[in-house]
Amino acid sequence: MADLSIDFCGIRSPNPFWLASAPPTNTGDQVMRAFDAGWGGAVWKTLGNPIVNVSSRFGGINLGNSRLMGLNNIELITDRPLEVNFREMREVKRRYPRNTLIASLMVETKEEWKEIIQRSEDAGADMLELNFGCPHGMCERGMGSAVGAEPNVLEELARWAVEFASVPVIVKLTPNVGDILEPGEAAVRAGVPALSLINTVKSIMGVDLERMVPLPRVGDASTNGGYCGPAVKPIALHLLAQLARHPQCGKLAISGIGGIANWRDAAEFIALGASSVQVCTAVMHYGYRIVEDMIEGLSDFLDERGMKSVSELRGRAVPQFRDWGELDLSYRVVARIDADKCIGCQLCSVACQDGAHQCIHPSKEAGNRVPVVDEAECIGCNLCQLVCPVPGCISMAEVSSSPRESWNDRIARGTDSVPGGLETTAAARRKGA
Amino acid sequence: MRRLEPQRWELPPDRLEQGIEDKKPLYDAAEATAEAHRCLYCVDAPCIQACPTDIDIPTFIRKIGTGNVKGAARTILSANLLGQSCAQVCPVEVLCAGACVYNEWEREPIAIGRLQRYAVETTLARSPQLFQARPATGKKVALVGSGPASLAAAGMLALEGHTCTLFERKALPGGLNTLGIAPYKLKGPEALREVEWLFSLGRIELRTGVEVVKQATGPEQVSASELLDSHDAVFLGLGLGADSRLGVPGEEGAGIHGATLLIERLKTERGLKLDGVRRAVVIGGGNTALDIAHELALLDVEVSLVYRRSEQEMGGYAHELEAARVDGVRLLQNRQPVEFVLREGKVAAVRLAATREGRPVPGTEEELQAELVAVAIGQERKPPVALAFPGVELDERGRVKVDSGTHRTGHPKVWSGGDCVNGGKEVVNAVAEAKLAVRDMHRHLMGE
Ligand SMILES: Cc1cc2nc3c(=O)[nH]c(=O)nc-3n(C[C@H](O)[C@H](O)[C@H](O)COP(=O)(O)OP(=O)(O)OC[C@H]3O[C@@H](n4cnc5c(N)ncnc54)[C@H](O)[C@@H]3O)c2cc1C
Ligand SMILES: Cc1cc2nc3c(=O)[nH]c(=O)nc-3n(C[C@H](O)[C@H](O)[C@H](O)COP(=O)(O)O)c2cc1C
Ligand code: SF4
Repeated sequence: MADLSIDFCGIRSPNPFWLASAPPTNTGDQVMRAFDAGWGGAVWKTLGNPIVNVSSRFGGINLGNSRLMGLNNIELITDRPLEVNFREMREVKRRYPRNTLIASLMVETKEEWKEIIQRSEDAGADMLELNFGCPHGMCERGMGSAVGAEPNVLEELARWAVEFASVPVIVKLTPNVGDILEPGEAAVRAGVPALSLINTVKSIMGVDLERMVPLPRVGDASTNGGYCGPAVKPIALHLLAQLARHPQCGKLAISGIGGIANWRDAAEFIALGASSVQVCTAVMHYGYRIVEDMIEGLSDFLDERGMKSVSELRGRAVPQFRDWGELDLSYRVVARIDADKCIGCQLCSVACQDGAHQCIHPSKEAGNRVPVVDEAECIGCNLCQLVCPVPGCISMAEVSSSPRESWNDRIARGTDSVPGGLETTAAARRKGA
Repeated sequence: MRRLEPQRWELPPDRLEQGIEDKKPLYDAAEATAEAHRCLYCVDAPCIQACPTDIDIPTFIRKIGTGNVKGAARTILSANLLGQSCAQVCPVEVLCAGACVYNEWEREPIAIGRLQRYAVETTLARSPQLFQARPATGKKVALVGSGPASLAAAGMLALEGHTCTLFERKALPGGLNTLGIAPYKLKGPEALREVEWLFSLGRIELRTGVEVVKQATGPEQVSASELLDSHDAVFLGLGLGADSRLGVPGEEGAGIHGATLLIERLKTERGLKLDGVRRAVVIGGGNTALDIAHELALLDVEVSLVYRRSEQEMGGYAHELEAARVDGVRLLQNRQPVEFVLREGKVAAVRLAATREGRPVPGTEEELQAELVAVAIGQERKPPVALAFPGVELDERGRVKVDSGTHRTGHPKVWSGGDCVNGGKEVVNAVAEAKLAVRDMHRHLMGE
């Protein structure tokens, strides 16, 4: 059996599965139930000067019969007195000394940071997570993502935290920035040992067309909220990978967050450089119990791959995350339809006809609803495979390819001009050559 | 740990059951994933409550959905070691799937049995070593019979480190799983494959062709007292007895069969033919009657099912009657055989009388031509061997008496479960009762 325990900035955790700072970590009772269910760690609901919340606070996006593809919230940080939170944290740490307990923090002034860090450590926090990510409400008060989007401010605040803290400090990043490397590098400069990402993405969930009020609705108005859940996973993976392959940021421990719902999602985050993962929406949807499958699934996966620990998986996919210019232009795939599996919906054929390259055609045989791929014309875009409702029915087959050549190779060889372009460009090339 | 050599049993070729198709074949990965994603992952789910073995159904289905199929099999088998056969034979319509919340919503319930089959069958084919038995305790348990009750008990006991020996009077292990279940649900070789896997769990030995009796008189027999002397505990999984008889003139004629015996033959006999059988009459209203009627219909026989009361009063499941009808079985309700008409010692027709409140009404007789008759009016209870264990008692209906929480009999070293205790229920009930028994047996064996 593979070893699921991890070392995160010198702190050991029984497994890489942590609860993200959010409603599932509001109270001590919840966190203890989560640890009983198997969660390795928890990032407490963000602490700061208590706030007042609105109602309602959440909005959801469904896709067909699947609910909560995406979740949005306009909730702020903890609304409970700090002494109550700290008392409960202390109790959790006393009863569950081996689980990782992280205090998420958000305050304004240097003195406030000093006090809250001191009190968090006194309560037994193993680490501190600086919430520079909340993209609603708190940012209007100059906190949360207002800090995360401003590298210089982030750096200064993170420096304070590093100065005051005796336990490891994690900077939680917001995805609501043009370039994630800017806040990442600021965190490196501040000397923090770890990052976590992503916090939620700015969003409006929809519009109540009767009332002409965006969603979620608070009386007669709404505001932008933070988006999370399965829908944000691709965004999170990309930002994680960018940091993981960065020479300095990639050296920090990273806790991956965003749309993780099962062991496979977790394995993907770890393969792209995460040391631990955090979960919020999936737990809000299904409860703490989902961790059983995460533990079992990851453990079986590592065993099957002959990996002895989570660290052997960490970052395995990072070197394969490249710039477009490095991709192999001669690699070719074409769609193949398995006639035995095809149920004859012909969604692939309409997708190809109207949305791709017009190379899937209805069968000429009367009564045969299995479409035919004109392989010579197929550009290998995958669209048909993506729309096919039957997994495994359409596969993308590799066809013999010429020697590897990337766009960058072409630039180097001077063969990067494609016929049929602009006169202006051609003239400029001729002049330059 | 010492591993016993895997034991293999072969069924002869050319069996009638081979001509009957699986009604719910194994899902492929795509089908299973699509179905798994329909599951709502309910909390405190009604399907779990409806399962006698408490399988955590939503959890195993979610695991199929996440690609953790091995974990799904673990969830199933740790609650029910016969998860494979139960997946195929359980009447899910009245158990888990019948309790699915989708029913409330007028939507098709989740195909729980088929998902369970997918998880267990694909996992055991790839990685059968899911569990590790505890170190040997040195305790020995004898199990009488090798049907679902004894098999489940032996598997669980072996995982706890105890050494188990099953005594089976028939040539093949598995009880009705091997010899009785309708072939469109589970065929003999599938049942035997499950037995083989169960035996790989730990120290389990099987002695076939050995009957446990009060006083042994030959090598094919073992005395109850001997079992008690040489084992630390005994489990009785005796099942039910022979097919009951009608007591109607002509019943000794050729072509008139007890239903379970006939089913056993079409599942195990080499070269059995239904030559010359065009029409069959099945007598009874329970699930065995429905099964044999359905099986004969699938073997292209014209089947009339004769029941002495009304359709609403039938003991068999409505969904099974419906399925049998779809395949051609005709129900004649409120009728009862009063005589079998024999020609040259062979059945030629059945004389039926109309009934009122289950009793024949004189003067209403008519003849129904048939070349084969299956009598499915129940099986005998009162297993005599049970009484050979001092302290073991039978109730007024001939069932072995046990404490309902522990399944211990009146003898302090003897436990029992399955059909001989419940009077004839389902495979899953036999497993559930074995679970209760094993919990108590293990406590007893460990001196707690
Ligand atoms: C025709 C038929 C169809 C069925 N279909 C289904 C179905 O679709 N789904 C379902 O869930 N259930 C079904 N059942 C019920 C199910 O088969 C039983 O509930 C289940 O097999 C009970 O298990 P058991 O171990 O108690 O008994 P059995 O399966 O009857 O096993 C008892 C075993 O003990 C052996 N034995 C008995 N006495 C002795 C002795 N003295 N010495 C040695 N060996 C002995 C017998 O030979 C037999 O092998 C069906 C039953 C019948 C008859
Ligand atoms: C209702 C709600 C409240 C949240 N509150 C906080 C918070 O107080 N502090 C914080 O750092 N992140 C907060 N988050 C963001 C989550 O911690 C997490 O970063 C985000 O939801 C992405 O993960 P997910 O896709 O698993 O939900 C909140 C998210 C939700 C849905
Ligand atoms: S989930 Fe609970 S707190 Fe939220 S609206 Fe429903 S009942 Fe109220």
